Amino acid sequence: MPSDNSHDAKGYWKATLRLTIGLLIVWFLVSFGAGILFREALDNFSIGGAPLGFWFAQNGSIYVFLVLIIIYCRKMTQYEKKFGIKG
Amino acid sequence: MDQTFWTYFFVILTFGTYIGIAIWAKAGSTEEFYVAGHDVHPTLNGMATAADWMSAASFLSMAGLIAFLGYGGSVYLMGWTGGYVLLALLLAPFLREFGKFTVPDFVGDRYYSKVARVIAVVCALFVSFTYIAGQMKGVGVAFSGFLGVPFNVGILIGMAIVFFYAVMGGMKGITYTQVAQYVVLIFAYTVPAIFMSLAITGNFIPQLGFIGNAAGTDVSMLTKLNTVVTELGFTEYTSTTKAKIDVFCITAALMFGTAGLPHVIIRFFTVSSARAARKSAGWALMFIALLYTVAPAVGAFARMNFIDTVNEATYIEDGENYEERAAAILSEGGKPVPVWYKDWEKTGLLKYDDLNGDGIMQYRGPNALDGITNEVEPNRDIFVLANPQIAKLPAWVVGLVVAGGLAAALSTAAGLLMVISSAVSHDLLKRTFKPDMTEKQEMMAARLAAAAAVICAGLLGIFATSLPFVAQVVAFAFGLAAASLFPVIFLGIFWKRMNKEGAIAAMLVGLITTFSYIYYFKFGGGTAENWLFGVSPEGIGFVFMWLAAGVGIIVSLLTPAPPQAIQDLVQDIRIPGSRASDVTAPAE
Repeated sequence: MPSDNSHDAKGYWKATLRLTIGLLIVWFLVSFGAGILFREALDNFSIGGAPLGFWFAQNGSIYVFLVLIIIYCRKMTQYEKKFGIKG
Repeated sequence: MDQTFWTYFFVILTFGTYIGIAIWAKAGSTEEFYVAGHDVHPTLNGMATAADWMSAASFLSMAGLIAFLGYGGSVYLMGWTGGYVLLALLLAPFLREFGKFTVPDFVGDRYYSKVARVIAVVCALFVSFTYIAGQMKGVGVAFSGFLGVPFNVGILIGMAIVFFYAVMGGMKGITYTQVAQYVVLIFAYTVPAIFMSLAITGNFIPQLGFIGNAAGTDVSMLTKLNTVVTELGFTEYTSTTKAKIDVFCITAALMFGTAGLPHVIIRFFTVSSARAARKSAGWALMFIALLYTVAPAVGAFARMNFIDTVNEATYIEDGENYEERAAAILSEGGKPVPVWYKDWEKTGLLKYDDLNGDGIMQYRGPNALDGITNEVEPNRDIFVLANPQIAKLPAWVVGLVVAGGLAAALSTAAGLLMVISSAVSHDLLKRTFKPDMTEKQEMMAARLAAAAAVICAGLLGIFATSLPFVAQVVAFAFGLAAASLFPVIFLGIFWKRMNKEGAIAAMLVGLITTFSYIYYFKFGGGTAENWLFGVSPEGIGFVFMWLAAGVGIIVSLLTPAPPQAIQDLVQDIRIPGSRASDVTAPAE
């Protein structure tokens, strides 16, 4: 086990959970929300020539998924430094 | 240079490459055989994961499904990518920190139970075998459709290649061949898409063409497509008639199923740390997204092309001289049936029945405005296969697509073989029934299991052609992975109190309920009116996943907490670096 003074496993895990929940809310909103539940409403708007809800379901959600994982990787590396976790 | 030449050229070139890589990457230890020595670079592992993940179904069938279903096809697009967010955030880094070889390994150790381990083996084997039969079938179709090789011989060739690199190189050989296969398949997929996008929208980036205007007009491509398909009597392309709850549940079942599939999870055991596993999941999704964001564009373009070239075309009978007849039709101001149509008609993937006897091919949906009955029945798989020809692309592109389809099928088959072989040699033999095996014996057992699995998979592929339900059993794989494996892995990481009894109960409930439901409605004569909450068998895994998790939690709370050592283990896998000394990484 790391014996670093600043090692704070509890704080690290708390921060991890908070980040995970936040990202999963976005994950749910772009796919199940924009792509399925609120599709009709969003289809009144458009992105380029595509109805917005339809676009989220077929393209947009995938881009957001990718961004979510990138944010997760960045943040987790930061947390590892901040809480003295070896990583 | 004709098409057959180019097809042989690309297939032989790529197969040669795979064999070369296999010889170079021969596995020397069980560590290398199961997890490629834990030292694969995150980017390369991301590429290998993408190839592993994108099967013959993604490559050959998905765009065609989307072309037909329009918005309804979104369930596959979101379902088969959104699962990677769950994997990256909830499973992969923690399972890597745990640091063993297989999914049943985790279940068996975390729940300190041989029974739990064996149930997990059953789940993993069931999921993997249903999946692999489809891959071998894809190999057979590619060979018989393009190279004139009989279907069964095609499967035998595919078996021989996979046998060679999976049995010799194990995970190490598989990983590096999958990297090569990714390059082949993504190139083969995007090249025709770029050409088609240019032709239809004037934009060479398919994702932008998808939301752009139809070439030479100021009407958006999708609006034009919507108008055309509704006039012909189909559902609007950007809409669906499916119930919202079913779309929701199918998407969710595919997402959670993706995260629970053993052949995807084990890819994350091959990198060096939890941090590398997170990064690798990001790379994997990025490489997958390259194909998955192009697929809806290909689907829409293909639908447009098909209607443009086939609808209202004058049919030419097989006995007639095609060139003469086509020239005559053109000079009368008509549209002759295209050459690619006549080529593919032989495969049985396209059917034309001249119901009104006018010799013209009317392609219509169920609610056509002009009241004409549909006369053309295209198979969905035709779209990716015939696209290069429909879009009049050069012969070498067709050869490339064949090599790409084979790469997609072989890479997925290899990943699945790995799950099967390690489940048998490691989980059943070494960890359960024959713990005194030496490493050498275990390696031999792993190779034999891989060899046996290749043969079984090939036989399934050959045998399954005469069975109608190959496509339908895929619903089993995702549903079972979501309902049986996902809850116990997730709770095993995020809830220390989850114990042996709860895990066994959860896996059994998920397995039995999902299996029975799918079996009853797919093969047992059940009808849609009796669906639970209006959810189809494809989406039911998501419903029973909650049931399994609920039962697991209640049973856990009613039985004693897991031993302190197990709670410490859970604590350790949450904090990267805690278990480093326990695994192969050098102690820091």
